[in-house]
Amino acid sequence: MTLVTALRKDALLQWRTRARFLAVLAFGAVTLLLFSFAAGPDAASLRRHAPGFLWLALMLSSTLALAETFQAELEQRAIEGLLLLPASPRALFYGKAVANAAQLALLGLALVPLAVVLYDAPVPRPAALAGVIVLGAAGLSAPGTLYAAMSSQARARQALLPLLLFPLVVPVLLSAVKATALLTTGDPMGQLRSWLMLLASFDAVYWSLCGLFFGRVVEE
Amino acid sequence: MTEETVPAPSRGPLPFVLGGLGLALLVAGSYIGLFRAPAEQHMGDVQRIMYVHVPTAWNAMLAFTFAFACALAVLWKGSWRWDCRLEAGIEVGVVLAALLCVQGAIWARPTWGVWWDWDPRLTTTAVMLFAFIGILALRRFVDDPARRATWSAVATVIAYADVPLVYFSVRWWNSLHQMQSTPETVSSPFHLPLRMNAFGVLFLMCGMIALRARVSALRLREEVAPPPAAVARAAAPGRP
Amino acid sequence: MSAGPGAGVPSAPAVEADGLGRRYGRRWALVDVALRVPRGAVVMVAGRNGSGKSTLLRVLATAIAPTRGRARVAGFDVTAERDEVRGRSALLAHASYTYEALSALENLAITARFLGRPHGREALRALLGEVGLAERGDDAVETFSAGMRKRLALARVRLQQAEVVLLDEPYGQLDPPGFRLVDRLLGALREQGRTVLMATHLLERGADLCDLGVVLEGGRVAWTGPAADLPGEGVAASGLAEGAAS
Repeated sequence: MTLVTALRKDALLQWRTRARFLAVLAFGAVTLLLFSFAAGPDAASLRRHAPGFLWLALMLSSTLALAETFQAELEQRAIEGLLLLPASPRALFYGKAVANAAQLALLGLALVPLAVVLYDAPVPRPAALAGVIVLGAAGLSAPGTLYAAMSSQARARQALLPLLLFPLVVPVLLSAVKATALLTTGDPMGQLRSWLMLLASFDAVYWSLCGLFFGRVVEE
Repeated sequence: MTEETVPAPSRGPLPFVLGGLGLALLVAGSYIGLFRAPAEQHMGDVQRIMYVHVPTAWNAMLAFTFAFACALAVLWKGSWRWDCRLEAGIEVGVVLAALLCVQGAIWARPTWGVWWDWDPRLTTTAVMLFAFIGILALRRFVDDPARRATWSAVATVIAYADVPLVYFSVRWWNSLHQMQSTPETVSSPFHLPLRMNAFGVLFLMCGMIALRARVSALRLREEVAPPPAAVARAAAPGRP
Repeated sequence: MSAGPGAGVPSAPAVEADGLGRRYGRRWALVDVALRVPRGAVVMVAGRNGSGKSTLLRVLATAIAPTRGRARVAGFDVTAERDEVRGRSALLAHASYTYEALSALENLAITARFLGRPHGREALRALLGEVGLAERGDDAVETFSAGMRKRLALARVRLQQAEVVLLDEPYGQLDPPGFRLVDRLLGALREQGRTVLMATHLLERGADLCDLGVVLEGGRVAWTGPAADLPGEGVAASGLAEGAAS
């Protein structure tokens, strides 16, 4: 019940600040473009690296998006106001993490057509690719939401969030890139399943752990 | 943090005794490893780096595991003493992990012709190295000591839970590599120096952690005010 | 510490603190505070900037945990029974607890939904009318002035309908009509039998609406007594409250 209220709040907040989402999307698009300058213009090499570039662009953009969403909670200490009502910190966390996962998934999906155009990457199974993007976005969002809560209240917050988040989400990057590559270029050995399992286990571990600890992070 | 007073650090000579013992073992073990033990059949003298590399690997993981235990203690008991040990454990773990990565590169170059060969254990260590450097940065950038303790404990638990996930993802990602070297898989003439160095690094690490925890405690006592003295003056001089 | 008139009410006091202390790193903002506020009392917490008023209210509201000592609000312990305290208290803080990108109405609607008492748009609009924001209900809060934010925060406090209301500088940033708004709110809360703790350094405002006074100094309770006898500004600023003692 509180979870629905929390999710509704974060969805409204993200809808109202959709201009920022567009800015983050533009940032992701620029990174995709830059990757092609760094690795191109050889078409075969670009096509081979397309899955990696897509996920790197999403990862780099995610820190911007995550930091933004927590900033709204701190400007006038809105999250403290909700905790004092009292709202359960767990509900607040899951509401925000789900909203962030949705936003990142949307970001990832929006970057796909661009990757197709720039890198000439084939997308034979769009629905499955969307599934991988949702799983990967969920993996970025749970620890990202928790670390955004910390870093946005610390000094040097711009550097801190990626420094904490990026090493942690190495398994997300590896499994999401592998799964995307197997989807686009074919999967002769039938490895897709194990990569998706790894990604799902990461999601399961961090969606439970981060929900458990969010209260300790936001309460003073 | 629920504990009110930051306890004064202990003053005993234990860290120096441990460190001295560790250093002595390390020197002796390395001497035997370098000059007495026979060269390995296939890899020759290059293989002798194993006498420091393997002990460093074990102890780096041990240091992070110790930090993880400290983090749980901080979260459960809210004690400053465990926060000091947490900081010490992470810092010594970071030093060992950095050493390990350097040794790994030195080993990889003559063996495989590249500086870095994406071995799952070494790569996991490198990822953990950066994860824990991030936690040290977090500690540096959070001013309130109580928040810093809780947050870094949370971050330590989160990072430590990542170890198996990183290990398996890197292993599957780069699925051709030799099995790890432990005393069981290497032949007996190599046992003695390897064991001596393993305990040498262990004792040295324990001494360093104990000493570093003292430094943390001294710093923390500067940052956290002691409990106020019993009310010096009457609380309510004006009594209507 | 006895709290004068109204003390001895059979039910638990609204606020009860003993040896309460809060530390921010190197500094103790609150030291050994003992306090007993009977239910239904309106208390002025006076003191200079940095005397610990805000910290006291924030500890009582459970926004921050006490470092030592204990406190009970509405009969519940602020550490062990935090959610019970939160359900029965409301804090008007320095921050307005608003989402800047959302409108005033949306902010109130979110609060109401989290309270489990969803309000219709019209009810919320009426509430905004009471605090003088009827025209601006659909505007994003980021366009509001500091005084308007304060009014919105006051509307939020009303929405909470708490037993114990903690107001931190309610008159701050408000214009004269805003002062009267706070006065009316205090009167209404008193009529409903709510307990109010109001932190302020403006002794001339609201003192006549209060029953009790507490003066904090350097984080300690320096004086308690009937609000009418609150030491004047000169005394409070010069150090101890000897003037009131004689």
